[in-house]
Amino acid sequence: MNLTLKIWRQKDANAKGKMVDYKVTDISEHMSFLEMMDVLNEQLVNTGEEPVAFDHDCREGICGMCSMYINGKPHGPDKGVTTCQLHMRMFKDGDTIVIEPFRAVAFPVIKDLVVDRSSFERIQQSGGFISVNTSGNTQDANAIPIAKEAADKAMDAATCIGCGACVAACKNASAMLFTSAKVSQYALLPQGQVEAVERVQNMVRQMDLEGFGNCTNTGACEVECPKGISLENIARMNREYLSASVKG
Amino acid sequence: MSGLIKSSIARKVVMALSGLFLVFFLGQHLFINLTAIIDPDTFNTLSHFMGYNPLVQFILQPVLIAGVVIHFIMGFVLELQNKKARGVKYAKYGGSTNASWASRNMLISGAVILAFLGLHLYDFWFPEMAYKYIESNPEDATRYFPELAHKFHSPVRTGVYCLAFVLLMLHLWHGFSSAFQSMGVNNKYSTGLRKFTQIYAIVIPLGFIVIALCLHFSHL
Ligand code: HEM
Ligand code: SF4
Ligand code: FES
Repeated sequence: MNLTLKIWRQKDANAKGKMVDYKVTDISEHMSFLEMMDVLNEQLVNTGEEPVAFDHDCREGICGMCSMYINGKPHGPDKGVTTCQLHMRMFKDGDTIVIEPFRAVAFPVIKDLVVDRSSFERIQQSGGFISVNTSGNTQDANAIPIAKEAADKAMDAATCIGCGACVAACKNASAMLFTSAKVSQYALLPQGQVEAVERVQNMVRQMDLEGFGNCTNTGACEVECPKGISLENIARMNREYLSASVKG
Repeated sequence: MSGLIKSSIARKVVMALSGLFLVFFLGQHLFINLTAIIDPDTFNTLSHFMGYNPLVQFILQPVLIAGVVIHFIMGFVLELQNKKARGVKYAKYGGSTNASWASRNMLISGAVILAFLGLHLYDFWFPEMAYKYIESNPEDATRYFPELAHKFHSPVRTGVYCLAFVLLMLHLWHGFSSAFQSMGVNNKYSTGLRKFTQIYAIVIPLGFIVIALCLHFSHL
């Protein structure tokens, strides 16, 4: 199929970017979206132009690096997939596809479609961990009984790949879904209880410091999350936060 | 505590608590107003009670005013911060594909309600305050219904009131259930709770619309 692409081009973090039109031809419907971008870039390199910079790594939906905002949706029109898993069969011959970087003050553009998501790393570092004794007498995690339901919910929360689609989709650029997934994966397990109070307070403080917006419960994040992280996690984080405020 | 108010979650809880208080107030307000189209005498009695009971006048009324003020100021602050958090706008934004209109436009529905509140206070509250506290008129338990009915002679005022109630519906459609999520309530009862909040969101404003129309058309 033949497509018109409207892509955000921005030389570096400080440059003023703009949308630029490109044409690609003979795109196979079996290609992934990133392979289509590879075709475009080869074309650009061959004509001596600067290829479009975009993030990617695993190309199998687990690393969370690929981050395009395609036709008004993070990771494009398909449900429950990342951009690298998006197939070109979701588009039709002659389509115009608008491709933008994830937009948030806390995700500044580095170049073209590449954004800096280290704000997520800082949220994680501020409390998304547990402390364990590593001097040789570490307790076997399997020796701690955990209810099946809690284990399942913690696992679901832990499948968040930190892609940032929730922020990109949210009208408020809020990072509540990400942060709540990271809080929940520990809040549900006995190992997470020791640092529970500081964890949620520190992670929420860092989230606010990074300049993400306030949640207004529109639910756009849950719809667009490639891993189906549930809004229940946000409610859980709100509970954790309120109880932490009471406990000090 | 100051840390509590500084965080985004705390601001949301303030929004939720003040919002829920207003939701409760609305139910009570509708109940009294309904008597206006059922039995004007009862309406007069209840209005007189509300107007002269010191608990209502000097405790509940200031709390209500504070609730409204806190709610809309916090609402504007939140939305302002949220606009800033996006930075550069999307060329093609698909907001309508993954969230309801009501949830995305709480500021618009809220601003219309605020404008309506201005008119509503001008219509009823200011004259009432002037009557009681400035002109120091005598108590008269029969004046409430005629004053109310008189206001709804105007088709323009009736129309404006009805329009505001439609936006109130939209505000509550999202806001009432959103308040529970903000306070961390999301469990196996939440689907049912959401249904209840959405029925409430339709029925209460609809009740006010029916009253406005009844009063208007019974005096043509
Ligand atoms: C005075 C004008 C008003 C303005 C400017 C206003 C504005 C807002 C805004 C911006 C929000 C935040 C959106 C969100 O968090 O989802 C909100 C939430 C809410 N509003 Fe209002 N509002 C007004 C009046 C009212 C009234 C009269 C009621 C009830 C009768 C009400 C009930 C609610 C509820 C329940 C919420 C949800 C709180 C939450 O999500 O935690 N609001 N309002
Ligand atoms: S919650 Fe979902 S959308 Fe947000 S970062 Fe995690 S995987 Fe991505
Ligand atoms: S490249 Fe790893 S998730 Fe898409």
